[in-house]
Amino acid sequence: MGHLILRVTIKLLFAPIILFALYVQFHGDYGPGGGFQAGVTLAAAFILHALGFGLDRCQKVIPPGWLPVGMALGVLIYAGTGIYTMLLGGNFLDYDVIQPDSHHHAGQHIGIIVVELGVGLAVAATMLQIFYAFAAREPEPMDDAW
Amino acid sequence: MLLDDLPVLPVILPLVAAPVCLLLPNNRLAGSFATLVAWIALVLSAMLLHTVAVVGPVEYALGGWASPLGIIYRVDLAGAIVMTLVALMASVTFPYAIESAREEIVPSQTSAFFAMFLIVFAGLMGVVATGDAFNVFVFLEISSLSTYTLVAMGAKRDRRALTAAFTYLVLGTIGATFFVIGLGLLYQVTGTLNMIDLHDRLAGVDNKVVRAGYAFILTGLGLKLAMFPLHRWLPAAYTYAPSPVTAFLASTSTKVAIYAMLRFLFTVFGFNFGFIDVAFTFFLILGLIGMFYASLIAIFREDVKMILAYSSVAQIGYMLLGISFATVDGVAAALVHVVNHAVMKTTLFLAVGAVFYALGSHRLSAYRGLGKRMPVTTAVFLIGGLSLIGVPLTGGFISKWVLVAAAFNSVLAVPSLVIVLMIVASSLLAVAYIGRIAWTMLLEEPVGRQPKPVPMMMVVPMVLMAALTIYLGIDAATLVSLCRQAAETLLSTGLGFGGTS
Repeated sequence: MGHLILRVTIKLLFAPIILFALYVQFHGDYGPGGGFQAGVTLAAAFILHALGFGLDRCQKVIPPGWLPVGMALGVLIYAGTGIYTMLLGGNFLDYDVIQPDSHHHAGQHIGIIVVELGVGLAVAATMLQIFYAFAAREPEPMDDAW
Repeated sequence: MLLDDLPVLPVILPLVAAPVCLLLPNNRLAGSFATLVAWIALVLSAMLLHTVAVVGPVEYALGGWASPLGIIYRVDLAGAIVMTLVALMASVTFPYAIESAREEIVPSQTSAFFAMFLIVFAGLMGVVATGDAFNVFVFLEISSLSTYTLVAMGAKRDRRALTAAFTYLVLGTIGATFFVIGLGLLYQVTGTLNMIDLHDRLAGVDNKVVRAGYAFILTGLGLKLAMFPLHRWLPAAYTYAPSPVTAFLASTSTKVAIYAMLRFLFTVFGFNFGFIDVAFTFFLILGLIGMFYASLIAIFREDVKMILAYSSVAQIGYMLLGISFATVDGVAAALVHVVNHAVMKTTLFLAVGAVFYALGSHRLSAYRGLGKRMPVTTAVFLIGGLSLIGVPLTGGFISKWVLVAAAFNSVLAVPSLVIVLMIVASSLLAVAYIGRIAWTMLLEEPVGRQPKPVPMMMVVPMVLMAALTIYLGIDAATLVSLCRQAAETLLSTGLGFGGTS
């Protein structure tokens, strides 16, 4: 059991990183932040865990097969919001039609939060997918290996 | 309700369909779904073309934010023509790809392959539909990034697809970077990214920053459209990509880049910008050199796909030549050639893909005596080839005719007659490289094994495209007059008659 300091630190940091990712995610419609940064932060937590404890344990929690679904769902949530507003009679991504009676643009808030959720999901899945693709790669035998 | 959304629908439909397609199982379902989407997009684009031809340019404010603050989609006649063209090419190549991909793609990647195909499609439609300069960059990158993936997927049959895709990735990214640097400079000067607004604010402004921005944008787009000295990525990418990908890319991606170039030259900068003539001089010279250089290389290649790829570089020369005249006739000729070349190149590449399906090779030696063994494919290839040369009764003849007429009607640094003679001379080079393939196909004795029968799903799109090549050569009036109107709209904006014309 090597890298004791690293592993303890990772265990300490793991939950706060995810919490921070969620904070960035839901803070996105008022201030700096949003789905992209949140997605990257969330994925960073899992990548950090995989670096410290091995890829297998990370892949037990998030199997590689889920990631394409996550990416596709993220884009669908984003585009689906746009189509939903179109079906309500507005333009593509015109969030105001979600809550037309609101005086302080509640529709804009709802719309952007849903869209950012889609972005966050897609980005987190993509980051992890890239990491898995590199980390799970079997090293190719060199020409002079034999 | 949905009719109001017509400018945006052909773009978001494939964009939404792509993730759905990724989730579908790896069999025919993914391809059939993509085909269905392409057909609906074709109908929508045709409706859009009709609307634009009748009522003039249409605008659409994304998210309800009006221009110039919000992102708007603005489709005029030139845009509607190119959008319909891209949708048409997608509708023909996607069904073809269902069978072809089973041979050329790793089976576990089938649904990803079609998802990527749909994203390229969405990106190319977006570049054309948008009226926002930065949005052009975003969509250009959406389409380019997925194109790199598609090219790399050819690695199942030939590992060289990987290096081709990587070269394309590096050069394409340099092009995109140049483009975005240029946009940044313009944004610094004007504080806006809306194309019409940019045009208004750039009026009368001519300083080093704007000139640098202009040069960066043109160079970046030049890389994307494979203008002669910047064409190095194209032959390898087209040669090693899977056949349906080559057919789709050859007919759309460089064409859309040409469209973006026209947009920036005439809608954003316009003739008030004194520096604009530099581009025309460059296009004239580089177009002419490209026509000869690429055709000459094509004559000496042994790989049929490579020959056609170099021929694409040469054909882009004709389009640049048309733009360089900077007249309504010239730009109209470029647009006519954009359409005709797209149709004929798809015809040729689909035929090449069918031969690859049957014999597993692109080498010229595999084409020996093909006329006896695969008569339909040979006929289709020859029709495409004749159109490439510019033989009467094919679309290629019309584009050369219009181009020659435009050359005679414009005042240029080089005498018109010289340019016309050079157009004719470079057509003779096309006779040489097409003739070489035709000779092998028709007059040599067949060797080797019997070709595999080609499925109907591949034959029908190919025959349809060949028929369209001939149709465009016989009933050319509709296309030519549409392109003329489109060019008039483009140039009248360029001359400063307001953005609403």
